[in-house]
Amino acid sequence: MTRQPRWLIGMVGMAALLVLPPFLRSYGLYLLSYWLVFVIATMGLNLTVGYAGQASLGHAAFLGIGAYSVAIVMKAGCSFWLGLPLSAVLCFVVGLGLGFPALRVQSIYLAFATLGFSVAALLVMRYEEWLTGGTSGINDVGRPSLFGLDLGGNLAYYYFVLAVAVVVAALLRGVLRSPWGKAFTALRDNPIRAESLGIDVRAYTLLSFAIGASCAGIAGALLASLVQFVDPTPFGLGVSFTMYLMVVVGGSGTFFGPALGAVVGVLLPEWLRFAQGWYLTAFGVAVIVLMLWLPGGLLSLPDRLKARAIAASRPRT
Amino acid sequence: MADFLQLFISGLATGSIYALAGLGFTLLWQTSGTINFAQGEFVMLPTFALLAFSAIGVPLPAAFALTCVLAVVVLGWGFKRGIADPLLRFGSMPVVVATLGLSIALRNGVRAGYSAEAHPFPSLFGDDVFRIGRVAVTSVDVGTLAAALVLVLATQAFLARTVTGRAMQAVAQDTTSAVVLGIDVPRMIFYTFAINAILACAAALLIAPTYLAKFDMGESLGTKAFFAAVIGGFNNSRGALLGGLVVGVCENLAAAYVSASYKDAVALAIFIVVILVRPQGLVGQRVERKV
Amino acid sequence: MTPKLPTATVLIWLLAASTAHAQLKIAVIQELSGTGATAGTNFKNGVELAVKEINAAGGILGQKLEATIDDTQSNPGIAKALALKAVDDGAFAVFGPTFSGSMIVSMTQTRTAEVPNFTGAEAASLTQQHNPYIFRTSLTQTTSMPRVALYIAGTLKAKTVAVIFVNNDFGKGGRDTFVKAAAAVHLTVAADISTEAGQLDFSAPVLKAKQSNADAVFVYTNEEESARCLRELRKQAFSKPIIGETTLAGQRVIELAGPAANGVLAHVGLTAEAPIPAVREFRAKFEKAYKYVPDHNVIKGYTSVYFLKAGVEAAGKPNRVAVARALHGLKISAAKQPGALMDVAIDDNGDLDRASFIVQVKDGKQQVKEVLPPVAKF
Repeated sequence: MTRQPRWLIGMVGMAALLVLPPFLRSYGLYLLSYWLVFVIATMGLNLTVGYAGQASLGHAAFLGIGAYSVAIVMKAGCSFWLGLPLSAVLCFVVGLGLGFPALRVQSIYLAFATLGFSVAALLVMRYEEWLTGGTSGINDVGRPSLFGLDLGGNLAYYYFVLAVAVVVAALLRGVLRSPWGKAFTALRDNPIRAESLGIDVRAYTLLSFAIGASCAGIAGALLASLVQFVDPTPFGLGVSFTMYLMVVVGGSGTFFGPALGAVVGVLLPEWLRFAQGWYLTAFGVAVIVLMLWLPGGLLSLPDRLKARAIAASRPRT
Repeated sequence: MADFLQLFISGLATGSIYALAGLGFTLLWQTSGTINFAQGEFVMLPTFALLAFSAIGVPLPAAFALTCVLAVVVLGWGFKRGIADPLLRFGSMPVVVATLGLSIALRNGVRAGYSAEAHPFPSLFGDDVFRIGRVAVTSVDVGTLAAALVLVLATQAFLARTVTGRAMQAVAQDTTSAVVLGIDVPRMIFYTFAINAILACAAALLIAPTYLAKFDMGESLGTKAFFAAVIGGFNNSRGALLGGLVVGVCENLAAAYVSASYKDAVALAIFIVVILVRPQGLVGQRVERKV
Repeated sequence: MTPKLPTATVLIWLLAASTAHAQLKIAVIQELSGTGATAGTNFKNGVELAVKEINAAGGILGQKLEATIDDTQSNPGIAKALALKAVDDGAFAVFGPTFSGSMIVSMTQTRTAEVPNFTGAEAASLTQQHNPYIFRTSLTQTTSMPRVALYIAGTLKAKTVAVIFVNNDFGKGGRDTFVKAAAAVHLTVAADISTEAGQLDFSAPVLKAKQSNADAVFVYTNEEESARCLRELRKQAFSKPIIGETTLAGQRVIELAGPAANGVLAHVGLTAEAPIPAVREFRAKFEKAYKYVPDHNVIKGYTSVYFLKAGVEAAGKPNRVAVARALHGLKISAAKQPGALMDVAIDDNGDLDRASFIVQVKDGKQQVKEVLPPVAKF
């Protein structure tokens, strides 16, 4: 019963995402697609950070690896449909690698290792000109077509990104519902107890990084085709921080958290543009206020309201 | 050899800049568990405050004192009451994100409200160049390094020798026992925030001639401070100094002898290995995992 | 049927009223935050001043300009969103972005929508794609680097040069063009040294430049890094000529580097120090309004609005396609269009041709040593 309203809101939101976009102009459509890309990426980070409880501040690097994979593959004349799975697989493998430090260190030290990884990845994007085009980037990244259906238009591409987001969400839902998912949260809540319960802590730690990374890889692939240009700037440390911010603001360890968090991280600055030069200051302040109001993230609001309702209905003594 | 020395000494000077910013970072973490991602902006704000006071004709020592007072109120008390106190009981995530928000707000506030340009900042130590053999050293280099050393030693002495300092360390090590011992824990934690604010002002005064006063100076400074703190050992204030110096020197040597392009990566790679082998940092003590 | 008649009348009246107060919407899309904030903000300030002046003088062909200002956060993805927004809103012209990556992305949108797009970006490739709607606001690296290389090899008689550049789209693009230009005048690049944006310590790059024993060093970095590099060059007693392009001898760098900037030589496309009355007058106006010395990005932004004005006036009507067509091959004379500051010719690709300067920093002031004439005749 308690979960019903949440799902109802989810269904209404989904319906809106399906029905409303044809009425939007290109700016709105583009922003919605941009938002969805970050929803996919932060869903992955949410698995690593929110469910498995690993500090990861280098997630933008995976977004970049995904974006560059697709751009490079398509420049070489191959199809987007080769690039997309390649992005996911490549990020999965690199993510496994990044998971190894997590086996030895935690919290700030792990954050440091992931930050370091992100710096290194950025340097490769900037200096390996033969592969990545260096700082001038890769231009004219195409958009795919599917069964003869051209996804090049802004509306068509939006629906494509939406479809991918739904598929990724469904897959993640499956993972989280399975015994695996339970193991992830056990890892976050008490690793030593999880170990004593027979959970292979090593394997699950690595997996949480790898799956989180491959989501970002898919998001990166979609981003490259959305912007149709790839250069290193959108994959810097600042973006990693913003993605972390999105996870926590939305509600880390909650399924719909990333969707809301990405609204804050991607759409809120655009809505605040009326504040002119001060819009990013307003954004920063909004984030602080949000955290002070709901330290558990936006999705802790229903629980908060419920707790208040219970407190109010309790007879006063 | 002269070339090597040149790089080494320059690296030390740059490293002491990182160390200054990293010092407050470790202090906050030790006593209150606050990870402050706005640490770079905590140095940027006093820089502009100093510039503003100088602009209205306040002499530098007075400007510095005024800035310190302001910083203790805003970056110490305000930060503690406004962000750290309400959020710390919910774990580190909300604090990290709130300080990220804070850094975005401060950085862009200065940009929109004051200037998007870099501004020159007068050096305390003049701008003389000394040549020892073929090695050139500036008074700024020497002065910054010496001041950083003094600040770190003074902080250490304060923590180890004074009653207040010891009480603060007791809070850092074990809050529950500190309460039992009758230590005023909230006051001790406030002292840390105040010291962090004053250190930030000192850092601003020393760093700004090289870093130049710019709204986004905190961005790279914050990252380097974090690196310095982690590498040196997060639970030791000497660690930040060592960490900063090591980062500064390694970057220079890597740029000259390995690869100019990958200097940051070379230094980081070494540190990641160090951290994996010695997770407590270079001079930190090991903390056991709690169930 | 009769009730509809008044409605139609009202509609026509409204339409007529709106054309009477017609405004040309221009969209300023610039790097106002992030790594490009300094350049973008300056460009924006220049545009703002020009818009104010033009409106005060009655607008362009009687139409006032209405500028919207948006920040790309120095991110191509956001720049694309803003270009789409400008097109959605029916912008008459777009000014920016300044980062080449952001420009590549947004110019595709303005091209499709046939909106003239003025940019301060320097990458050579931008105007080589036969996009009829893109216009430069300054000489590009393709024009200026050969002038720099020729000066180093010719006037300074250097055989070898060390290059210190910043590895971002501005620095790397400039370095690539410079290396090509150097080869053309038989100038050997003895050391090719890459630095990071935001780099603090320049001891390693300067040491490498010294070790290369080059006859001169060419420094191509952003403002703060230029200042740090100049200080390090002075510290390590670098005795050979130090040459730059525009930024290195800019007022801001001189201010930041202090005495270390003295003696620096640079090729400058646009400078507030130019010995031209119109430029002096502009500088005074800008300093009065904004309380600082305008740099080349301010001049880019300022003059670009006047380029648009010249284009509209040449086309004779505020029609985007006609204006873009009129701008190609247009020669704007500063005598007739004082806001253009200097005589300038726009070629068929949207590139500019204009005089430029060789300057030297003396006692903290930029002094013009030589005026290099434009290629075309006026």
